[in-house]
Amino acid sequence: MTGKDPAQGSGAPVLPIRGEGLVVERGGARLIDGIDIKIGLAHGVSVILGPNGAGKSLLLRLLANLVQPDRGRVTWAGVAADRARATRVGFVLQRPAMLRRSVLANIAFALAAGGIRGAEQQRLARKAIETANLGHLAERAACALSGGEQQRVALARALAPSPEVLLLDEPSANLDPASVAALEAMILRAAGTTPVVLVTHDLAQARRVANRVLFMHKGRILERTGRELFFDKPQTPEAEAFLRGEIVL
Amino acid sequence: MAATPGPFGEAFRLIAGLEPDLVEIVLLSLQVTVTAVALSAAAGLPLGATLAVARFPGRGAAVTLVNSLMGLPPVVVGLGVYLMLSSSGPLGPLQLLYTPVAMIIAQTILVVPIVAALTRQTVEDLDAEIGDQLTLFGLGPLARGATLLWEGRMSLVTALLAGFGRAIAEVGAVIIVGGNINHVTRTMTTAIALETSKGDLALAMGLGIILLAMAIAINAAVVALGRPSSAERRT
Repeated sequence: MTGKDPAQGSGAPVLPIRGEGLVVERGGARLIDGIDIKIGLAHGVSVILGPNGAGKSLLLRLLANLVQPDRGRVTWAGVAADRARATRVGFVLQRPAMLRRSVLANIAFALAAGGIRGAEQQRLARKAIETANLGHLAERAACALSGGEQQRVALARALAPSPEVLLLDEPSANLDPASVAALEAMILRAAGTTPVVLVTHDLAQARRVANRVLFMHKGRILERTGRELFFDKPQTPEAEAFLRGEIVL
Repeated sequence: MAATPGPFGEAFRLIAGLEPDLVEIVLLSLQVTVTAVALSAAAGLPLGATLAVARFPGRGAAVTLVNSLMGLPPVVVGLGVYLMLSSSGPLGPLQLLYTPVAMIIAQTILVVPIVAALTRQTVEDLDAEIGDQLTLFGLGPLARGATLLWEGRMSLVTALLAGFGRAIAEVGAVIIVGGNINHVTRTMTTAIALETSKGDLALAMGLGIILLAMAIAINAAVVALGRPSSAERRT
């Protein structure tokens, strides 16, 4: 198959993504405690913020259909999440999982998974690499790259099939400042055209990139607000304590 | 008068001179074992991948069984294949007993569990490492299994070499189902056993040297494949 429009690469749309009454329990502990959430069409960066163990990454994995809730349901564009639309949801894992092949082949693989093949696949893969300033690494083995480079490849790979939404699970954890800056530049560029949801516990990063903040604590979303309001006037004692650096799980 | 060369010298003379009987035995051994390993790959790779990624009742027992079968005693396999292929056995009418095909069957039964068990472990480890990413790609079960096999290809070649090593050095099963018939089913291991019992140490040692060389070459290949590539070392 050639010449497939990446915007239609995997068929039906996925937005809005809704989670309704989501509950996840493990070993008697409620890790996600009755969350309702909607990711709509609005561009920009929504940051899911909270201390370690708040359930941020788990919530993101529920929305991406990587984990099934014990109760509640996740829908993409009104119907249950499914494999056929998987590449319409771009997702970057905290630890990048590179296939044992070149950078170019990694990105081409993602495009093929989205139904884009042939010359169009190669064109889009090259474009994604150039957009991410990874041209000099195109033929290198992806597994041999540094952590920062791998994470940029992972982001380029997630963006290559033109997903409707981008979900990022602490993509800059353990990266050096220069790599963090390069990654955040890519995220902000993507957020100009795509809704982005970023999980982080890094307050400085949230201040730099967030348009909206969802504050999580103990498996619940306690605040949903704009960046300025959250940082200037947090509405809950837990958020106040978190901003003061007093909540560490 | 020139001194008569000892068994060692005679063995090297047979090898260097490509003595026809020796060459025939080596080629038959390779033909049987390479075929058995190819068949084992065709069966063991998908079986191992399925055990690694599929979730079904009794999976744990199946994994334990395959792992246990890695230690199958060759003579027991030989006996089982003999009973199947003998004239009173269910496959007797095929008249495969004492043919290279019978030896291939026996070696395949010995090697499949090795390939399947090592494949299962390799693919399971890889699935833990990149499985979430493959889910994010939206891959179905078949594409997922095929991708994991391809990603683990270097480790899987090592598994096949381990199977080759087991088969080429095996004697118990092939002597039971092959019968060690000259020019028909005589392999390196069965010939070594026979020639040693006859006192013809030169041919036995010549074949032994070749067998040892093969074992060393296989191990060297396994070690080389286990090393990181030059690209991987550039980190």
